[in-house]
Amino acid sequence: MRAAGPAGATSDLDHPEAYRLTWRDRARQRGLTPTLWLVAPGVVFMIVFFVYPLCYGVGLSLQGTGGWFSAYRDFFANRLVNDHGSRESILITLELALAASIVNVALAVPVAYRMRGTVRAKRTIMAVVLVPMTLGTVFVASAMKEFLGPSGWLNRALLHTGVVDQPLQLVGNFTGVLLSLVFTGLPFAFLLMVGYTSGIDPSLVQAAAVCGARPAQRFWLVTFPLLLPGMTITFCLSFVLAFGVFPSATLVGNDAGPTRVLSKIAYTEYSYGRYPTASAAAVVMAVVQLAVLGLVLWGRGLLHRGPTTGGKG
Amino acid sequence: MTGVAAPPAEETAPTLPGPGRRPLRHTLTGAVTWGGLWVFVGGLLLAVATVLLTSLTTQFTDGWLPRGYTTRWYAQSWATFDLGHLLATTVGVGVAVVAVTLAVALPTAYVLARLTFPGRRLLLLLILVPQVVPVMTYAVPLATLVYRLRLNDTLAGIVLVNLVPAIPFAVLVLVPFVEQIDPRIEQAARVCGATNRRVFVHVLGPLLVPGLLAAGVLTLVRVVGQFELTFLVSGPDSQTLVVALYGAAVQAGELASQEINAMAVVYMLTTLVLLLAALRLVDPTAVAARDRRSRR
Amino acid sequence: MTGRGSGGGALRIRALRREFGSFAALEGLDLDVPAGEFVALLGPSGCGKSTALNLLAGLLEPTTGTVSLDGRRIDRLPPEKRGIGMVFQNYALFPHLTVADNVAFGLRMRGCPKPERAERVRRSLDLVRLRAQADRYPRQLSGGQQQRVAIARAVVVEPRLVLMDEPLSNLDASLRLDLRTEIRALHQQLGLTTIYVTHDQAEALSLADRLVVLRDGTVQQVGTPAEVYERPANAFVAGFVGYRNSVPGELAAGVFDAGPLVLRVGGTGSTPPDGGRVVAMIRPEDLLITREPATGAGNEVPVDVRVCEYQGRSFAVEGTGPGGRVLHGRSDQPVRPGERAVAVVAPDRIRVFAAPEEGARAGGAALLAGREPS
Repeated sequence: MRAAGPAGATSDLDHPEAYRLTWRDRARQRGLTPTLWLVAPGVVFMIVFFVYPLCYGVGLSLQGTGGWFSAYRDFFANRLVNDHGSRESILITLELALAASIVNVALAVPVAYRMRGTVRAKRTIMAVVLVPMTLGTVFVASAMKEFLGPSGWLNRALLHTGVVDQPLQLVGNFTGVLLSLVFTGLPFAFLLMVGYTSGIDPSLVQAAAVCGARPAQRFWLVTFPLLLPGMTITFCLSFVLAFGVFPSATLVGNDAGPTRVLSKIAYTEYSYGRYPTASAAAVVMAVVQLAVLGLVLWGRGLLHRGPTTGGKG
Repeated sequence: MTGVAAPPAEETAPTLPGPGRRPLRHTLTGAVTWGGLWVFVGGLLLAVATVLLTSLTTQFTDGWLPRGYTTRWYAQSWATFDLGHLLATTVGVGVAVVAVTLAVALPTAYVLARLTFPGRRLLLLLILVPQVVPVMTYAVPLATLVYRLRLNDTLAGIVLVNLVPAIPFAVLVLVPFVEQIDPRIEQAARVCGATNRRVFVHVLGPLLVPGLLAAGVLTLVRVVGQFELTFLVSGPDSQTLVVALYGAAVQAGELASQEINAMAVVYMLTTLVLLLAALRLVDPTAVAARDRRSRR
Repeated sequence: MTGRGSGGGALRIRALRREFGSFAALEGLDLDVPAGEFVALLGPSGCGKSTALNLLAGLLEPTTGTVSLDGRRIDRLPPEKRGIGMVFQNYALFPHLTVADNVAFGLRMRGCPKPERAERVRRSLDLVRLRAQADRYPRQLSGGQQQRVAIARAVVVEPRLVLMDEPLSNLDASLRLDLRTEIRALHQQLGLTTIYVTHDQAEALSLADRLVVLRDGTVQQVGTPAEVYERPANAFVAGFVGYRNSVPGELAAGVFDAGPLVLRVGGTGSTPPDGGRVVAMIRPEDLLITREPATGAGNEVPVDVRVCEYQGRSFAVEGTGPGGRVLHGRSDQPVRPGERAVAVVAPDRIRVFAAPEEGARAGGAALLAGREPS
């Protein structure tokens, strides 16, 4: 095709086989059209202000005062943040984020499943559930601190009704932070799950019913397997949300001890101007988080992935 | 509890007494589900009420309610924290971020939705990775970078750092909106003689208005609530409301809790206005479930 | 009509009614279906046929009325206790299960032991010629194959009643014909009582032992395909089964009078109402457009040809008759637009019905001509 034609004798139109492809044609055939320039601003911005800082951060973390990996050594030797335990923070953060995302998914799935049809006041329910998402972690944490505190309404009510005879310790520990994370994370999980549940063709559940499946069987044999991929994604995104934040841990928890999360360590180091150790903590955070996500997605890969509608529908 | 939002099939229980009358389905699981939902909503409302009440309290008591009510804490809080300035900063940052984000994200989303090209997966990665990397991981080096650019404690610096998560997020929101527009509509416009610019102005633009509104409002909500990034870069002159609220809440011992809660109420009202605007413009279920369309 | 069905399946529907708010989607359906019969519910969209099917399946609850199967009331039973099979319009195959597991689903629910299950799945996949695809997933199959899996899934449990909800409407034309024949053959082989919902009259006529024509939730006619086709009960049914020409006018002593257009109408068929407003309906096939009028007993009407389409054996002609009425007919030879020709129709091929009340919707393409009798 690309053989050179008789030079100058005839035009390309008479002998299309003689037409030589320019680099432009070849680029176009591979899908590189001028329209692609549209992505340039976004790509350039993301490379300069996301990829570069990310790499820069990894580089910073290697420039500790005591040689290449000294910042990481300091981290794992608990020498960060005035010698409080930074190594334990990995476990603390993991426990908090895992617990929060499991609770979020476990609560979001049944509610979303029931919202798939036409439910009265659906819009109102959605709006109310979305409020904490808009309020953000800082507000929810500071509100929870008062509400869950020893003289807050919750403890008052529990004492008053005689459920407990001493105020529950809900602030300054794991429970308080977990509750705070659930309140901020659940709306997001719920919103995602509503998308996934309404993506399931209702006629599949009807078909299962006609085939003789009882309601519980319909859920576990049809809906649940079809929701699993969506649940995995929801779990991952909930985990990301819960893993990275520190206002809840600081305001409701106790960031000097039981709820010292990784991001707080990174921040504290940063605020002391110790950039290498701050970056090292941030990198450890990223590695742990990505490892969890990788593990979950790998597990998902073992399960079925496919369209959630029957046939072409 | 079941009655409030039960599916219609269960509400309209058959009135005819017949053989084998259908029992109510999933009664137990239903009660648990709706019960859980109400615990959540109740907890939320009570927590918000706590904040509201505290901000109006003259003096605390051992009982359920305070002894007296006053609004003077709002005036005091307004002066102490310079809430006017904080609000102005918050709104200014939000608007600037949304404007830049939409301008950058829309073309990117268009290309991702329409074209296949070498490097598409790489671009997708560039969009998705910011969603799964902890904010602090890039916030720390980014803040260092902003500091070196001498943009710390400036509005420009705060806008800049907020753009980093906002742009890929807006792209992800916009892609399905672009995909939803039949490419044949664009082709038809081209066949009718429209240039690229005209296709965009007269065809794509109007069709994308819902998508742009959705992306814009969601971005705004996120920027106003964005804590970690803004916190690292802002200084005393360039705080947003959340950052100031966090700062006040951390040093709770030194300030009257009524003052802090008054600020919290101002912050809450700001976000609720945003949420109401968002719900007017965007149906969250529609955003989440755009792929379900009746085929009949 | 014959009792071919092995496991019974006599269906009895009495005054079945379903309202949505104040709107009655189905107003009192009465129907007796003997075991083994194939009944088609036919009507345009929104006529209540899908509502009726969902009521039979238990996917909707009736407002009033009863349904019994072999003498046992089922109208208040949940779908899973009714023991029926159903084929959905969009197939509704479980995407996470293989073809074999999809077919086995109902057997599994009924606690059928594994070896027997495998055997029955194999047999019913043989029936729809999909044995080789048993281990595939639905998304790996073509639309026609998917619908055959759905049929296998519905019949494998040997239900007393099979429901089919427009099973062919998502397929393209040629596949639709093939699968139609297959469904007919399957019914002849298994003899399962079947209720089939469709808006396609050709499908209903070719498949069913009996038709139920519905409109706005009410039954218009129940009868064999031949009865419905030859002797439609009213103008709506006639319009739906192909009487495309419809002329409003008045009837007196065997003569139909619509102003400039006067037709003699013949003996057989429906009993024409005495006097008053009527509508005359004629199939295009019975309206011969010709240049040279034959000397016969037919009505002859002058027609100005507007459109002539080649349709293989004949030509479809649209023209304007007296009083500007649009008429659809057939012609053996091509005619040119603008040409003046004659439309010939035998008196006994004209059906005269009482005119539909004011405001009632015209069925299908009927009443195209002269929609507003002024």
